[in-house]
Amino acid sequence: MVDINELHKSYINGKNKLHVLKGVNLHIEAGEMVSIMGSSGSGKSTLLNILGILDNYDKGTYSLGGKLIQNMSETKAARYRNEMIGFVFQSFNLISFKTALENVALPLYYKGMGRKKRNLVAMSYLEKVGLEPWANHLPSEMSGGQKQRVAIARALIANPQLILADEPTGALDTHTSYEVMNLLREINEAGKTLIIVTHEHDISQMTDRIIRLRDGVIEREEFPVKAATV
Amino acid sequence: MYISFFDPDFWQEIWSSLKKNKIRTFLTAFGVFWGIFMLVIMAGAGKALNNGVSEGFKNFASNSAFIWANKTGEPYKGFKRGRIWNIRNSDIAYLRDNVPEIEYLAPRLQGWRESKGDNVVRGIRSGSFAINGDYPEYRKIDPFTMVYGRFINEIDIINRRKVCIIGERVYDVLFQPKENPIGKVIRVNGVYFTVVGVFIPDTKINFGSDKKETIFMPFTTLQQTFNYGDVVHFFSFTAKNGIPVSDIEPKVIKMLKERNSIAPNDSEGVGHVNVEAQFKQMSYLFIGIAVLTWIVGLGTLLAGVIGVSNIMLIIVKERTHEIGIQRALGATPRKIITQIITESVFLTTLSGYLGLLLGILVLQGAGKVIEMSKEAGNSDMILSDPSISLSTGIIALIILIVFGAIAGMLPASRAVRMKAIDALRDE
Repeated sequence: MVDINELHKSYINGKNKLHVLKGVNLHIEAGEMVSIMGSSGSGKSTLLNILGILDNYDKGTYSLGGKLIQNMSETKAARYRNEMIGFVFQSFNLISFKTALENVALPLYYKGMGRKKRNLVAMSYLEKVGLEPWANHLPSEMSGGQKQRVAIARALIANPQLILADEPTGALDTHTSYEVMNLLREINEAGKTLIIVTHEHDISQMTDRIIRLRDGVIEREEFPVKAATV
Repeated sequence: MYISFFDPDFWQEIWSSLKKNKIRTFLTAFGVFWGIFMLVIMAGAGKALNNGVSEGFKNFASNSAFIWANKTGEPYKGFKRGRIWNIRNSDIAYLRDNVPEIEYLAPRLQGWRESKGDNVVRGIRSGSFAINGDYPEYRKIDPFTMVYGRFINEIDIINRRKVCIIGERVYDVLFQPKENPIGKVIRVNGVYFTVVGVFIPDTKINFGSDKKETIFMPFTTLQQTFNYGDVVHFFSFTAKNGIPVSDIEPKVIKMLKERNSIAPNDSEGVGHVNVEAQFKQMSYLFIGIAVLTWIVGLGTLLAGVIGVSNIMLIIVKERTHEIGIQRALGATPRKIITQIITESVFLTTLSGYLGLLLGILVLQGAGKVIEMSKEAGNSDMILSDPSISLSTGIIALIILIVFGAIAGMLPASRAVRMKAIDALRDE
């Protein structure tokens, strides 16, 4: 699913050059649920952004689903993001003036699907995350856990193969965090590849593989004992 | 990627972002509104002046010229400078025979008007009015509408009939309202004339006297009755179709100079007005007014549009994070550019359309007021029918849409130039 070879990325800020990723090699199979851990400044966010085609890289190769992601036009990148990747963010990133239903339907809107049809699909995804009664509520009327479930439904709706979650439980309490992780696990079991960036130990323990980043390289990989779902 | 303008989500986005900045949006929209409003008002006022002046000229033969005798300006053939000369009947006859380009030639005599008392009397009614001796052709140059009877005809001229045609004001003074004046006798400068017609002038062009207060009689009658010999005070003529009067005017003047011993280089001896040239000048004036209107109007509009561009920049800046989310979810740059430009066009067109609407309403109101003032008898009103043409309105709307699109381009390009991740990180 994901194939990264000798990936380098630096940020140039005036005269200072900040070398963030210093030759990352990463291989993730389809259907895996992987977490990326590391202290701040380890390059895990940068890696996730490159994985999500939100940022470019300097050296090396990155292939997603067999397609080389390199020097893409923004239009093509937008289409790849739309079709192949679902995003879950720490701060949910729902659009404030759209209802839960409209937020979930958004990727289909960018795909060009008609309103009636996409709202029908969105409703079925809201049902999957158990928020059907909240379909016509604005994000401001929902709790953090609910918002994150809306965001997960939105990430799933375009049927992407890869879900990227950036600290998906960072803004949630423990109980809600576990609920969200259970949901993500269900999604994984339905066949999606998941990559979760986190700095919470217990969250990473719920994944199949933990990739530890340190100073821009992969330090080591761990395979947690599969914990029983809470 | 396919974008539907009919999708409610498309408009929801526009509406919500404009709603977030209500006051700023309103003030910006007001700039455009005011620009187009001013453009419409100015164009309408210019048009009203144009219409009003054209109405004053209505039906006047524009391809015509007027010529009269002045004191000479140069000594010539033993004559001193400053000699008083006259155009004679023989000059008119000569011109008729020798200038084939002339279509109508109408000599005129202007009878005297007693300044100390009333020179026109009918029973106990009397008034002081100007007297013109004219040919039937004059009506071809400066048209009248006959209210009663007829104008001077050929037989009047040949038989030197003592008949007269009176202006509407003369009628008002000498006759009772609704009284039929035809066949009634009036005394003009001591001589009795039969009234055969009453007229309303079509134009506001007057020579020497207001036509409404003038009595017209056959040229030959006036010449004989009041002892003018063979003198002609002035004459007017039109050129045949397709020949500019400016081409034959010098020829006529040259003939007059030759026949009356006036120096060929004398620029004062023969007085002349070329109506065609006057018309041309007038039309330049109106072109000037129109150009000025558009320059000022478009300038104001441009200021408004720059305001729109400005507010769009602010909106885009405030929505950077949101645009980042949209891009992460797969919104293409084209989609985002379309969204922002549509927003800008929507704002300009809506406010511009309101300005257009209000401008037209104000012009219509002004038109009604002018109309009422005219009906109330204010015939000196120089303005008439202040309206803008449909094409002007459509051009203004097209300009708005184009300007709106241009105003949206800078903010739109700024929104997509940023990397998706930077937009997403912006809080």
